[in-house]
Amino acid sequence: MIYADNAATTALSKTALEAMLPFLRENYGNPSSLHTAGQEAATALFNARKDIADCIGADVKEIYFTSGGSEADNQALLTAAELGERKGKKHIVSDKVEHHAVLHTLKKLEKRGFEVTLLDVDGEGSVNPEDVRAAIRPDTALVTIMTANNEIGTIMPVKEIAAVCKENGVLFHTDAVQAVGHIPINVGELGCDMLSLAAHKFHGPKGVGALYVRKGLTPSILIEGGAQERGRRGGTENIPATVGMAAALREATARLEENSERLTKMRDRLIEGLSEIPHSILNGAAEKRLPGNVNMCFEGIEGESLLLLLDIKGICGSSGSACTSGSLDPSHVLLAIGRPHEVAHGSLRLTLSEYNTEEDVETIIKTVPEVVDYLRRISPVWQDLQEGKRKYVIQ
Amino acid sequence: MLYSEKVMDHFTNPRNVGTMENADGVGEVGNAKCGDIMKIFLKINDDVIEDVKFSTFGCGSAIASSSMATEMIKGKPLSQALELTNKAVVEALDGLPPHKIHCSVLAEEAVKAAIKDYYDKNGIAYDESLFPQEHDCEHCGE
Repeated sequence: MIYADNAATTALSKTALEAMLPFLRENYGNPSSLHTAGQEAATALFNARKDIADCIGADVKEIYFTSGGSEADNQALLTAAELGERKGKKHIVSDKVEHHAVLHTLKKLEKRGFEVTLLDVDGEGSVNPEDVRAAIRPDTALVTIMTANNEIGTIMPVKEIAAVCKENGVLFHTDAVQAVGHIPINVGELGCDMLSLAAHKFHGPKGVGALYVRKGLTPSILIEGGAQERGRRGGTENIPATVGMAAALREATARLEENSERLTKMRDRLIEGLSEIPHSILNGAAEKRLPGNVNMCFEGIEGESLLLLLDIKGICGSSGSACTSGSLDPSHVLLAIGRPHEVAHGSLRLTLSEYNTEEDVETIIKTVPEVVDYLRRISPVWQDLQEGKRKYVIQ
Repeated sequence: MLYSEKVMDHFTNPRNVGTMENADGVGEVGNAKCGDIMKIFLKINDDVIEDVKFSTFGCGSAIASSSMATEMIKGKPLSQALELTNKAVVEALDGLPPHKIHCSVLAEEAVKAAIKDYYDKNGIAYDESLFPQEHDCEHCGE
């Protein structure tokens, strides 16, 4: 099996697993307990927090563990919203290609009386920092723009956006779930106030993430119940998960340069190979793109059938296709970059990790055209395109 | 698994897939914007469906639903083919996930559209009520 869906989740690294095992077996203490077992757990938790902080250039006190990226996004938005409410600021700036963890939370805040400006993105899926500047108002409580897009891999100019926010005295949060462990992230250099990350996107375990919250800001509480996470998130800490997350991030950070270079080459080879398919197009930026991300549209076919056939041939990919998510609407990201509905339905996302090989890439390059060709042969849309009854959208 | 074995069988080995020269009736339903288009071609002799072909743009269940529907009407008199319901297609496929039921509805509509086309082309009178208007797509309004 070729697993090429690493933007969905990654395999747990051996290092992370081994770091976790003692805390699943003998070291089961609760870090809130005063006895030795508890204090061993507390030390492990502190070290994990410290390692994660070090990897992203933060202070240990600025890392709050969460259940994952979605919770971190929820908490970040709520934090800024509650601060804003106190100052009478009820406007938030974001963009149309954010993850639903952000978009749905914004919807909820709208019901609470917030006004949300969702910026358009350019054809590559990037937000223009000048658009952010123009959208900021005296009552803007927060700007939230992702570091890199989960579907099309486009890396946003978050440093420039952070600078615009700072100039205007507005809080800036970035969902860096797809970026951390894949491209260099240093919260100080970036200049963000809050940043979300999730362990399972960089070969850590599922169910754990973190929110970086700059000193001087106090995160809002989503889960009441105790003094854990400096009183900002109740519930006994998941020690194995936090330890695994730290081990995975240390490893990813140490190998970042080497992995990024190798994956970028593999990604570009994959894009080159798949671009040979007639009437296909790359979605997202060619250069400012996550190292392992490939996302393409193939005209005349639908994404779910493509995915199922690839799966049968041993290739795990993904699509922004409606059908996979249970809704009939195609990917909001592909629509935002200007792909018409009928083309957005025919998308394929392949995301590589360091565990993929050059051979995997060649197998994918050989297999995808066969499947696309088969589906086109049974597609009435393709027949119409070929007979000139319908015009090609992708040349 | 999202789909039953039957669905996967009809998806990976679709029956009656292809097009037809000089078909007696052709029906096309759905639209590309919503992600599903089904086209059914009929060869009709003495009010019996002698041959049927389909082509489908859509997800796995759309392809499987069209395949199953063609198998259910092949060799049948038109009167019987007109009785084909989406429910029968779903049952024959051993079920579809709830959000995929619309695929079976499209299959039923495609069959009816092809028969109606045959009636229209040949000036055969028919009961309009047998051919309900194609359902509106609630997502794009088309």
